[in-house]
Amino acid sequence: MDNFILYALLAGLGIVLSAGPLGCFIVWRQMAFFGDTVAHAALLGVALGLLLDMDVTLGVIIITALVTLALIVLGNQRLIATDTLLGILAHAMLAFGLIAAALLTGVRVDLMGYLFGDILAISRTDLYWIYAISALVLAVTGFLWKRFLMATIHEELAMAEGVPVRDLKIVLMILTALTIATAMKVVGILLITAMLIIPAATARLFARSPEQMAALAIVAGLAGFLGGFGGAFVLDLPAGPAIVATLTLMFLTGFGAMGILQGYKNT
Amino acid sequence: MDTEPITTSVLIKASGLGISFGARSVLSNVDICVSRGEIVTLIGPNGSGKSTLVKILLGILQADCGTIERRKGLRVGYLPQNFPLSGRIPLSVARLVALNGTARREAVVEALAETGISHLIDTDAGALSGGEFQRAMLARAILRKPDLMVLDEPVQGVDFAGEARLYRLIQEIKNRLGCGILMVSHDLHLVMGGSDKVICLNRHVCCAGVPVEVAKHPEYVRLFGPEARNFAVYTHHHDHIHDDAGHIIRVSEEDGDG
Repeated sequence: MDNFILYALLAGLGIVLSAGPLGCFIVWRQMAFFGDTVAHAALLGVALGLLLDMDVTLGVIIITALVTLALIVLGNQRLIATDTLLGILAHAMLAFGLIAAALLTGVRVDLMGYLFGDILAISRTDLYWIYAISALVLAVTGFLWKRFLMATIHEELAMAEGVPVRDLKIVLMILTALTIATAMKVVGILLITAMLIIPAATARLFARSPEQMAALAIVAGLAGFLGGFGGAFVLDLPAGPAIVATLTLMFLTGFGAMGILQGYKNT
Repeated sequence: MDTEPITTSVLIKASGLGISFGARSVLSNVDICVSRGEIVTLIGPNGSGKSTLVKILLGILQADCGTIERRKGLRVGYLPQNFPLSGRIPLSVARLVALNGTARREAVVEALAETGISHLIDTDAGALSGGEFQRAMLARAILRKPDLMVLDEPVQGVDFAGEARLYRLIQEIKNRLGCGILMVSHDLHLVMGGSDKVICLNRHVCCAGVPVEVAKHPEYVRLFGPEARNFAVYTHHHDHIHDDAGHIIRVSEEDGDG
């Protein structure tokens, strides 16, 4: 097998492993828009990385971390709703990122690659990043699972029982930012949130417990990734969009199947 | 304020609590104390700061002023007012009850049996009725073997007949666990009979004491209307009133003409 295909497969597997459980929390806590905002900020990170001649992933991590921090600080006021703040930041970051990319002279920025993913360009360094972050996400969510769950199910009840709700929220935001920073290589800035939420949403249709949902999200993510990647390879389609399209078809099929089952039960 | 030391039966004792949200003062100079074995009920109109006070006592909100003393190692079981358990998270009743703990299944079954819904153990928690859900949450509180149970509107979403049963269950739980209970409620008629102490709150403590005393307090009558006095057990529509021991005591002159 060619190296670049092997790298692509390994990258997909690495991302799916952490995106499954993390995506569940994003779905449960309605953080999808946060994911989008962080992803949009990533483009500015790319520009920063290129500008300062450092590892692009590092540049992305720095910018996404800053955006996360800004959201945490701004979230403490009551005048502007969180989703408005997210909307402002998401589009502002994308605008600034596109401007920065346009201003970068001397470097050819593969804008399409960053926006929609360029899975065949995955390098060995990218793989190291992906697996390091994936391992970190799995370790932290595994270790904090019960507390994350408690804080997700009822924030105030969790606080009354001594769960450090605020800290956990920040940890979750940081893990999401890190995952997006490394996973954007595969499906791109504009599609990355789909990798997090669609497998989790599909898993919700069939899961009977939170743990089942996390495990099924990994399975659904892997199936969608392999199906989309394979389909893109055979039909010569862009891989990122093909993966997201496959994930969506799986979700819709599941949803339809559930609907038919429910209708059947109710008659 | 008074600084007597926290005695063995006192679970939580707060004095001089105050909190403002922006320019709006929500609570000021509130004293409250809950001891082992007693039911203390907070009553008051909407927006009177009942839930806010509960949240301060639980450490969810930080008071601007005042002191809170908790018994060392105080274990609290909390039943919050709003529990928006959506279908987003797949959660069986067993999981909901055992959440944030390490209870074995037998213990969960036992706790659910105490609240009368052990047959629902494997049901999806999102599919429970209002009363069943409150019972599941009570079971969860029991499982934590609390010294203090804090119940914010425990009978919401429960039909009228269910309300009385649920209050009776709370009383039984208190007797069995020997814990203290701090309860927020709108149900004057049921609460007044079952409580050891009632605190009538309207951004400050309007009046407090045993139910019969509170029921005849002019502030209470002003807040809830003269007919509210009828809710209190043992009260008569005459110029005298019986205290808990059945002694006749005088009604103050300002007392309304209900």
